[in-house]
Amino acid sequence: MIAEFGLAALWLAAALAGLQLVAGFMGMRDEDEVLARLARPAALVQALLCGLAFLTLLWLFARTDLSVALVANNSHSEKPMIFKLAGAWGNHEGSMLLWVTVMAVAGGLIALVERRLPERTMLATLGAQAFVGLGFYAFLLFSSNPFERLNPAPGEGNGLNPLLQDIGLAFHPPTLYFGYVGLSVAFSFVVGALLTRQVTPEFARVMRPWILGAWVFLTIGITAGSYWAYYELGWGGWWFWDPVENASLMPWLAATALLHSASVLASRDALRAWTVMLGVIGFSMSMVGTFLVRSGILTSVHAFAVDPERGSFILALLAINIGGALVLFITRASTVAEGERFSILSREGALVVNNVALSAVLGIVLLGTLYPLLTEAFDVRVSVGPPYFNPVSAIFVLPMLVVLAVGPLLRWRKDSFARIRMPVFALGIIGLLVLAGVLLTSTIDILPLLGLVLAAVVMVGSFLPLRGRSLRRLPLAVWGMVIAHFGAGVTLFGMASDTAFQQERLVAANAGDVVEVGPWQAVLEGVIPVAGPNWNAMEAQLPLTYDGSEAGEARPQARSFWSPPQETSEIALVTRWNGQLYVGVGNQTEDGRWQLRLWWKPFVTFIWYGGLLIALGGVLALLGRLSVDVRRRVAVRKIADRKEDEAAFVQEAGA
Amino acid sequence: MTRFRWFLWGVVAVAAGLFGLFAYQLTQPKDEFIESAMIGQSIPAFALRAAVPDRPGLSSEDLADGKAKLVNIFASWCIPCRAEAAQLEVLRESGAEIVGIAIRDRPEDVSAFLQVYGNPFTRIGADDISEVQLSLGSSGVPETFVVDGNGVITYQHIGDIRPEHVRTILYQLREAGA
Repeated sequence: MIAEFGLAALWLAAALAGLQLVAGFMGMRDEDEVLARLARPAALVQALLCGLAFLTLLWLFARTDLSVALVANNSHSEKPMIFKLAGAWGNHEGSMLLWVTVMAVAGGLIALVERRLPERTMLATLGAQAFVGLGFYAFLLFSSNPFERLNPAPGEGNGLNPLLQDIGLAFHPPTLYFGYVGLSVAFSFVVGALLTRQVTPEFARVMRPWILGAWVFLTIGITAGSYWAYYELGWGGWWFWDPVENASLMPWLAATALLHSASVLASRDALRAWTVMLGVIGFSMSMVGTFLVRSGILTSVHAFAVDPERGSFILALLAINIGGALVLFITRASTVAEGERFSILSREGALVVNNVALSAVLGIVLLGTLYPLLTEAFDVRVSVGPPYFNPVSAIFVLPMLVVLAVGPLLRWRKDSFARIRMPVFALGIIGLLVLAGVLLTSTIDILPLLGLVLAAVVMVGSFLPLRGRSLRRLPLAVWGMVIAHFGAGVTLFGMASDTAFQQERLVAANAGDVVEVGPWQAVLEGVIPVAGPNWNAMEAQLPLTYDGSEAGEARPQARSFWSPPQETSEIALVTRWNGQLYVGVGNQTEDGRWQLRLWWKPFVTFIWYGGLLIALGGVLALLGRLSVDVRRRVAVRKIADRKEDEAAFVQEAGA
Repeated sequence: MTRFRWFLWGVVAVAAGLFGLFAYQLTQPKDEFIESAMIGQSIPAFALRAAVPDRPGLSSEDLADGKAKLVNIFASWCIPCRAEAAQLEVLRESGAEIVGIAIRDRPEDVSAFLQVYGNPFTRIGADDISEVQLSLGSSGVPETFVVDGNGVITYQHIGDIRPEHVRTILYQLREAGA
C-alpha cells in the first residue's frame, strides 16, 4: 500500500504541474484571471505532494520493503540505517525522484515568497518551471518508476555498491542535484523574463539568490566529490578529468560566470545578453551532465544506471528545453541586447573578461569530454586526458586569475589605471618574490610554478578591496566575495603544491620493513584481519615518524564486501597542517610480502579548504543579499501599513 | 543586432549538431572493446627513440628477432597502467620478455614512473604522437600485444592486465612460440 500511495502522490503532483503550466502561460497572456490565480497554489501543492512521494520512498527503504523492485535491487536488510536511507537516492530512479522533488519544492518556494517581479513575468516563470518539471515527471512515471513492485518479493536485497557505502558519497549526489535544480530555477526565470520582455535589473536581483544557492551547492558537491575520489578510489589523485567529473564542473563554470554576470545586470543594467545566455547554458550543462552520466554514451570509471532508453528520454528533454529557450532568445534578441555602456577598464570590463575566460574553459572541457564521442562516430577511438585539459584550460584560467586579483579594485563604468597603480605594483612585486623564491629553492614545472605565483597574488589581492573601508559596516556580500576569491587562491595553492612537490613510493614490504617517503618513515609492523558489519579486511599497521619524531599510526585496509562481492581499498590518511600522508595497502605477493603505496602530498588539503572557503563566501553573499531583501520587504510593508492607517484615519475623520 | 541574431542561430546550430551526435551515438551498439584489425598481420615498420636513458629504443626489427614478446603500451600519466604494474612484474618473472611503448610522455616522467612502479621492460620506445600505437591498431593505454618471433601480432589485450588475465596472456605467449 505504501508504495502505491507514493505513486499516487507523484501522479497527482504531475497533474498539478500540468495545471501550473496552463495557469502560468494562460495567465501570462491576460486571458484568464481565474486560471492565473491558480498558478501559485498549484506550485505549492505540487511541492507538498512531491515531498510526500519522496518521504514515502525513504520510508520504504528504511523498512527494507523488498516487494518494491528498487529496494530489492539497491538495499539489504543488514545495511546500516544511514546507508539504507542513502540507498533511496543512490540509484537512477530514486535520484530522479529526488531531482523532481527538489525542483517542485523550489517552485513552491518561488510561488510562496517571490512578489517583486511583475506578476505576468512571475506567471511565465512558473509556467516555464512547470514545463521543465513535466518533462521530468514523464521521465519518472513512464520510464523510471521508483515504486514498481516485484512479485514475488525476494528474501534478501541485492545490496548497495560498496564504493557508495560511504558517508561522503551518501550526500554527494543530492548536493549536486540541489545545484542543478537551482540552475533550473534560474533557467525558468530567464524564460519568464524573455517571454514577457522583462530582462531588467530587478529580474537579476530576484534570480541572484537562486544562482548563489546553486553555485554554493555545486561548489560543495565538486569539492566533496573530489575528496571522495581522492580517498576512496585509492589512486592518490584529486581530479581525473573523468567525464563524470567534467559533467559537474561544466555547470559550475557556467554558474560562476552567470553569478558575476547577474551581479552586473543587477547593479548596472549591463551584460543582459550574457546573463540570459549563461542562464540557458547553466541549465543546459546540468542536463548534458546528467545525460552523459546516465546514458552510458561515454565510457567512464563511474557511469552508473547505463541505459539507452533513459538516455533518449533525457536527450529529448534536453532538445526541447534548450532548443526552445534558444529560439525564444533569438526572437527576443532586440529587447535583450541593449544595455548600459561601460569602458573596458572598469569593473564591468573585468567581469566580461571573467565571463569570456570561464566560457572558454567551459568550451574546452566540453570539447575534451565530447571529442571521443565525435571521433567514435567515424570509428576512431581516442581518449582525452590531462595532457590536453591542463595546459589548454590554463591558457584561460591563468589570465583570469590575474583579473580576479585586480578586477574588484576597479570602479564601475569607467576607471583609470593611475588610480589602482599602487596595489597592482604591490601584487606584481609579491608575484615576483614568490617566483624568485620558488625558482631558487626547487626546480618544478611551469604550470605548478605559475600556479604558486598566482596563488600568492590572488590570496593577497582578494583582500585589497577591503582597503580604506570600514570593516564593521562592510556589506556581508562583499565579505562573501573577498572570502570566495581568497578560497580560489587557497585551492590553487593546494593544487600547485601537490603537483610540484608530492612524493610517491610503491613497495612490496615484509613485516619489519621501513619505508621512507619525504619526511616520513613508516614501519610495517604487521597485517591483521579485521571484520566490519558487512565486510572483512586485511589491515596493515604502520607506526609513523615525521622528521624523526613519532607521528601516530596509519592503518590502511584492503576490504572485501560480501553483498555484492567486491574489493575496495580503504586508504589511511594522516593529516598535518602542511599536507597529508596517503597510505594504501594492496594484495599480498606470492612470497608473502604486502604491496604498500605511500604518497607524501604537501599542502594537498588546501585544495578542499579552498573549496570550502569558496562555498562559505557564497553562503555569506547569499545571506547578505537575502537580509537586504528581507529588510527592504519589511520597510515596504511598513510604508503600506502606514498608508492604510492614514487612509483609515482620513476616512474616520470624514465620517 | 542582426549579427547578434546570427550568433544565436550559430549557437542553435552547434546545439543541434550535438543533439544529432548524441542521438546517433545512442543508437550505436556499444562495444566496450574494439579489437585491432592488425591481429594476424606483421607489425608495420617503425623505429622509436629510447624513452629513458637506461633502456634502448624500439624498432620493428627488434620485434622480429625470432623470439615472441609482449609489447606493452603505457604512459606515466595513465592510472590503470599503475594498477597493472604488479601483473607485468609477474609476467616478467614467469619468463616473458616485455618491451614497452611510452605514449606521449617525457623521459623524466617515464623514469619516475618506472622507479615507483618497477621496470619490467627490456626496451622502451617513445611514441610522442601515438603514431606507432595507432598503426598497431591500439586506441588507448594500457594495451598489451603478443608478437611472435616473426613480428606478427597474435593477440591483443585491451585495458589493464588484472591478476586473472595473467594466465591467458602467458598461454598466448607460449602459443606464439616463446
